[in-house]
Amino acid sequence: MIQVQNLTKFYGQRKAIDGISFHIHEGEIVGFLGPNGAGKTTTLRILTCYMPASSGSARVGGFDVFTQSLDVRRIIGYLPENVPLYVHMRVREYLDFRARLHGLSRDARLASIKRVTELAWLGEFIDRPIHQLSKGMRQRVGLADALLHDPKVLILDEPTVGLDPTQIRETRNLIRKLGERHTILLSSHILPEVEATCHRTIIVSNGRIVASGSPEELKERIRGGSRLIAEVSGPSGDVTGALKSIGGVKKVESASVNGWNRLLIETTKERDPREDIVKVVTQRGWSLREIRLEHGSLEEFFVEITARQAGLGREDEGSTREVSL
Amino acid sequence: MRNVIPLTQRELAATFLSPVAYIVAALFLVTSGHFFLSQTLVAGREASLRAMFESMAGILVFAVPLLTMRALAEEFATGTIETLMTAPVTDVEVILGKFFGLLLFYAALLLTTLLHVLLVTVYGGSQPAVVLLAYTGMLLLGAMFIAVGLFASALTRYQLLAALGGMAILSLLTFVVDQLARWGGGTIRLVLGYVNVMGNFESFSKGFFDTRAIVFFVSMTLLFLFLSVKVLESRRWR
Repeated sequence: MIQVQNLTKFYGQRKAIDGISFHIHEGEIVGFLGPNGAGKTTTLRILTCYMPASSGSARVGGFDVFTQSLDVRRIIGYLPENVPLYVHMRVREYLDFRARLHGLSRDARLASIKRVTELAWLGEFIDRPIHQLSKGMRQRVGLADALLHDPKVLILDEPTVGLDPTQIRETRNLIRKLGERHTILLSSHILPEVEATCHRTIIVSNGRIVASGSPEELKERIRGGSRLIAEVSGPSGDVTGALKSIGGVKKVESASVNGWNRLLIETTKERDPREDIVKVVTQRGWSLREIRLEHGSLEEFFVEITARQAGLGREDEGSTREVSL
Repeated sequence: MRNVIPLTQRELAATFLSPVAYIVAALFLVTSGHFFLSQTLVAGREASLRAMFESMAGILVFAVPLLTMRALAEEFATGTIETLMTAPVTDVEVILGKFFGLLLFYAALLLTTLLHVLLVTVYGGSQPAVVLLAYTGMLLLGAMFIAVGLFASALTRYQLLAALGGMAILSLLTFVVDQLARWGGGTIRLVLGYVNVMGNFESFSKGFFDTRAIVFFVSMTLLFLFLSVKVLESRRWR
């Protein structure tokens, strides 16, 4: 349904997205996950024909976003990030105007406004001026607008930002429900949201796709190597050197915390070196006050790869680590 | 082109709901009323509407950009341009919708000045054909001014800049070129005489039916509408 090939976009000299490629099949709900400024909105804006890419191509429903822009715009429903609306209009007026732009007849407009009013729980606000509505209600109006013409593809840019917890839950349920009828691409910088609603996640950072797959697949990938966290007292260089020589240890990073060396040890899949570490530490006469095995969570994985991409590697870990994907 | 109608209706409604439009309308009516009283409705003088129409044209140089500044600049500033441009509407439809919406508002404003004409007719009598021609001129001039204002509004997200830009272009075409045409000689005078707003408008206010003037206003309107479409298109590339 959506095919993106080597998409690149420059804003002046700055590369906002850098050779992104992905495919989304009909009926899929895909989450576009990444920190702010990763290029999510830019990608969605290219897909919705708001702006052209600098290079590369994108097709939605078989139509090229650049050369067949109007055809693409007819089959997508788009909820932009800040939900821009004509605030002086009443909700019903606004939806009617938007439905007319999609070429719906009077009867079709009445029917579709009724349908989206129910879907987006607009019942009580339908005749209120939009400027009186709260952020959450506006978000619903934007969603109703995107659904008016029963589009094949829904593109939602941060659909739950600014909503209260109840509304977030309702919106997620709605998105799952809409997934039965529509192909959905939604962006988010909140991982649990994507985990809760999407079949598949595409993680972007600094304009590149850094990982993609179902939440289970992503978890599987990071289970590959495990990490140990240990705190050992002793001369930092010696400790690191000694631990590195133990079989099964791939990499050791050390940071000093209150006179202790806080160590982050990456191990290979095959071997658990905890026992050996304890032995070595006691042989050398150092003290050990903590050692624990850490399985990566998806959240941590996300934070880590995105932070690494952004060059912000967490300070207490010293240099950045490689994540093999 | 079917989207032009809903877009026109929305633009018209938005203009009628904007306080700025009412302030502009009030100022326009106050000043045109003032010129009517001080130049046309004077005891002992010929009750000619010509002076009133020509001073109204001068006021419009400042009034129309205030009316049109909102049109696109506001869409850029509030981000509604994004929902608009991702709907299945073409750039031409967007510009035409805005143009016709504003033109209808302007026409409504113009209708209110019929009161002056009515007064003159009651007290002195007027020729319907001359009045009709003058209003045709006002409409054509307004259409061109709106197109220029729309173009200025397409250039920026700041309404103030849009208004100032529109006023600058219109002042140039109306006052500056008119003065230069008067001062200059030979070819300059000839050319500038053709491409200045006041010179062309005079034929309408004097009661001449001059196709050159009609061609001038219509082609200037089309030119600035075309430029607006191009500016709107180019925003996608930035």
